[in-house]
Amino acid sequence: MNGIPLTLAGAQLTALGSGALWWEERNILCVSDLHLGKSERTARRGGPNLPPYETRDTLIRLESDLSQTNAGTVICLGDSFDDQAAANALEEQDRLWISRLQAGRRWVWIEGNHDPGPIDLGGSHLAELPLPPLTFRHIATPGKSGEISGHYHPKVQVQTRLRTISRPAFLFDSDRIVMPAFGTYTGGLRSTDDALTKLMRPEARAIVTGKTPRLVAMSR
Amino acid sequence: MASAGLPPLFENWFASRGWQAHPHQLDMLSRSNAPCLLLIAPTGGGKTMAGFLPSLVDLADTEHQGLHTLYISPLKALAADIKRNLRAPVEEMGLSIRIEDRTGDTTQTRKKAQRVDPPHILLTTPESLALLTSYEDAPRMFRGLKRVIVDEIHALAESKRGDQLMLALARLQTMCPDMRRVGLSATVDDPQAVAHLLARNPDPCEILQADPGPDPDIAMLDTTEHPPWSGGGAAYAIPAVMQQIRQHNTTLIFHNTRAQAEIFFHNLWLANEDSLPIGIHHGSLDRQQRERVEDAMVRGDLRAIVCTGSLDLGIDWGDVDLVIQVGAPKNVKRLVQRIGRANHRYNAPSKALLVPANRFEVIECVAALQAVRDHDLDGETRGPGPRDVLCQHILLAAASGPFEADAMYIEMSSVGAFVGLTRAQFDACLDFCATGGYALRTYDRWQKLVQRADGEWQLRDPRAAARIHMNAGTIQDTDTLKVRLKRARGGKPLGEIEESFAASLTPGDTFLIGGKIVRYEGLREMTVEVSRNASKKPKIATFMGTKFSTSTQLSQRILKLFQQDDWPELPQHTADWLGLQRDMSRLPEPNRLLVESFPRDGRENLCVYGFAGRNAQQTLGLLLTKRMEELGLAPMGFVATDYATLIWGLDAVSDPRPLFDADALRSGVDGWLAGNSLMKRTFRGAATIAGLIERNTPSARKNGRQATFSSDILYDTLLKYDPDHLLMQITREEAMRGLVDFARVEEMLARIEGRIDLVRLGHVTPLAAPLFLEVGKVRVDGEAEERLLAEESAELMREAGLAP
Repeated sequence: MNGIPLTLAGAQLTALGSGALWWEERNILCVSDLHLGKSERTARRGGPNLPPYETRDTLIRLESDLSQTNAGTVICLGDSFDDQAAANALEEQDRLWISRLQAGRRWVWIEGNHDPGPIDLGGSHLAELPLPPLTFRHIATPGKSGEISGHYHPKVQVQTRLRTISRPAFLFDSDRIVMPAFGTYTGGLRSTDDALTKLMRPEARAIVTGKTPRLVAMSR
Repeated sequence: MASAGLPPLFENWFASRGWQAHPHQLDMLSRSNAPCLLLIAPTGGGKTMAGFLPSLVDLADTEHQGLHTLYISPLKALAADIKRNLRAPVEEMGLSIRIEDRTGDTTQTRKKAQRVDPPHILLTTPESLALLTSYEDAPRMFRGLKRVIVDEIHALAESKRGDQLMLALARLQTMCPDMRRVGLSATVDDPQAVAHLLARNPDPCEILQADPGPDPDIAMLDTTEHPPWSGGGAAYAIPAVMQQIRQHNTTLIFHNTRAQAEIFFHNLWLANEDSLPIGIHHGSLDRQQRERVEDAMVRGDLRAIVCTGSLDLGIDWGDVDLVIQVGAPKNVKRLVQRIGRANHRYNAPSKALLVPANRFEVIECVAALQAVRDHDLDGETRGPGPRDVLCQHILLAAASGPFEADAMYIEMSSVGAFVGLTRAQFDACLDFCATGGYALRTYDRWQKLVQRADGEWQLRDPRAAARIHMNAGTIQDTDTLKVRLKRARGGKPLGEIEESFAASLTPGDTFLIGGKIVRYEGLREMTVEVSRNASKKPKIATFMGTKFSTSTQLSQRILKLFQQDDWPELPQHTADWLGLQRDMSRLPEPNRLLVESFPRDGRENLCVYGFAGRNAQQTLGLLLTKRMEELGLAPMGFVATDYATLIWGLDAVSDPRPLFDADALRSGVDGWLAGNSLMKRTFRGAATIAGLIERNTPSARKNGRQATFSSDILYDTLLKYDPDHLLMQITREEAMRGLVDFARVEEMLARIEGRIDLVRLGHVTPLAAPLFLEVGKVRVDGEAEERLLAEESAELMREAGLAP
């Protein structure tokens, strides 16, 4: 598996280069912030008609992770849809595609700020999901531990010997993991932002996504 | 000489000034009924008056209601300057002619008033005109318009701004069928091409050539100090330039980039023992600062102005009696136009001095001097008009009201640059504007444009007009951040720097802006906060400024020069330097390809002297790095000049032959389009102009970084799922034409026929050194990045006591 091992509250996890998190012991794959239907929402709100291929691209990448891990449970950590209407406006073939991915496995939609209500697609809808020793929720709650969340779309800048490289990244410390956004049309928040530096412990590190994920310092 | 044809009022006014009309001014007057006229005249030849004379005479003769003449210039400052200069004769002759300007700087109240009650003569810019034509009341505002004057048309003819302008003129022509067009141009290599762009197809356009005046008095500046081996500062020439400033009334000192202008100004100021009033002017400075310099110059208060292309165009700066060009002129035509900035008295030679910044530029300057003497102007032909501008034009038209597709197509085909536009191409643009033009038809509900029952097209949501207005224009400025002095409540604005440069700063770093050294304090709400700093050595600001490319003609002259046994026409130091290159490595030859390989700063470098021109060298950089990536040599980036491409990476090249395999390079052309940053940059420009990326939204201006990010992802997505999308076609066309020039790579390969000389050295060579200072480096993302991340990660893991 193309990943970096990390431990949270005793649970052995793997951060994948795609931006997904793999909990092998429980056979769980977790992805965050898919933002499916973003181009539809942008157009609906009077913005430009962006290339309407991001849902397809996101699902292709998710499918690839599923076939590699053969996960029994999928947790979508909130903001899976750009909004309720975007979820309802999904193309029929994309809905069928999602159903196909759901077949034979447990599927959990965690609510996010973009998609707070239930969605007319298979799977269960939860505000958060405790799976001791871990808890899965969309937005991190300061003071909690054993927590896996998304929401911020973190990215880090790595100062290498010859170049500064900026990529979406997992941030983690002894209390929590903040996951990168998995969706194709998703911007990023730099790890130097107050929201993230205040949330994470001083010794927090990052794992950058990409062809080969890498453990790096969390730039502050 | 009798001024035949001039009405007595005007005759007397000229006489009262002790002037007489130039022959070309009278020619323009006598041909005032021609549908289209192009006047080519040197600066100071009364060009502007020649353009306005028919309008003034007509307005003096007959009562005219509303707008009579529209004047368009590429520069806001120029419009303001013309207003000043035109008002004098109008007032002195007692004519009741209202003259107003309208630019980005005009107040909203004034702009509204102009739409209701337009002046007789309106002075504006292409962008402001495009906006004016996109308002619903455009037909009323332009009713009765008789003449359009396009000033400095040579500067517009080379850019999308010019294409947009000509499309706007086509719209005006539909509203006002009798409108006459006049173009005013500096000396150009191909007047016919400019005339073709200006005229409504198929109207004729007569070209009038004014007396070009005497040849300029132009030479290389004599200095006791020798120019350095590399670098762009020309600090060595400061004492000699100071001496020249003292000996002249007003000196304009041109630089090719803003960064160079800043450094030079800083050094000049340190050497300014007599405290002569010297100013700086370039496009990155705050508007108020620029206006202060412009005003001081008009008053004649300044002895010298250090500037960039921002002062290239015809503002009448009074008593300039010397032009100094610092850095190689790159392009003979532009040099001749710059020299024209000196000495506005007709029939007196302009005086100019060239100051090469380093020894390679000495060679370029000598070649340029020869070319000026030979009247050998250089030029590049432009292909058909770009379709991203058409898309924006369709959106702007829709903002003004419903339109008929057939009529729109006919109107567009009357524009010189778009004569060859097929109906299918037009329909693709219309479809893009309406639906996004994707293979996947998902936007039926959210079309931007919809067809009504009567067949006309209109905006689905009329509120979209505001967004279209907000994003009009074709100028692609790099993303910049404002620089301010750090104060409790918003300090003084100093100017702008590029975002990428700002990102490289850490608190405590120093850089130059407006000739002053400032210390970087931090970034707050997209503003760079700085404090004054008195240190001597700043970290240099790398704003892009305008970057010219050396013309093919100059490159060929240089290559020929290299083949001489010695160089009596070159200063001794430069001849010595070339000799050194010959001793240390080799000099490039016309029928062989010199390739140097050497380590520097922990990277391996490969310098390829193709002398194929900047675009082809750039393409070569793309293709070679792709080949190197395939061969596992981990290239990291490259930079191209007109004579060479420098590639750096993690591993050295020991055998260049596989890299230059013609078939492999050719097959690479199709593949390299994917995923390189140059294509993404081109895509971003096209997508912004065509309206897919909105730089301005009703809420707030997106910050540049966000725009970069999303446009790259859009490019990747289209490449994967819709590679034949209109914007991908436009991007490819633009790359092939503007950036690629693969024909010249082929030409070079044919020329060298496999004769490649690889020279391996322990260090950089004299000829390669200047490339390290070139701006416009293109990064290559690939294996090198993975390896660097692995290194960095391994370091961290070792520190943490982990096995990497």
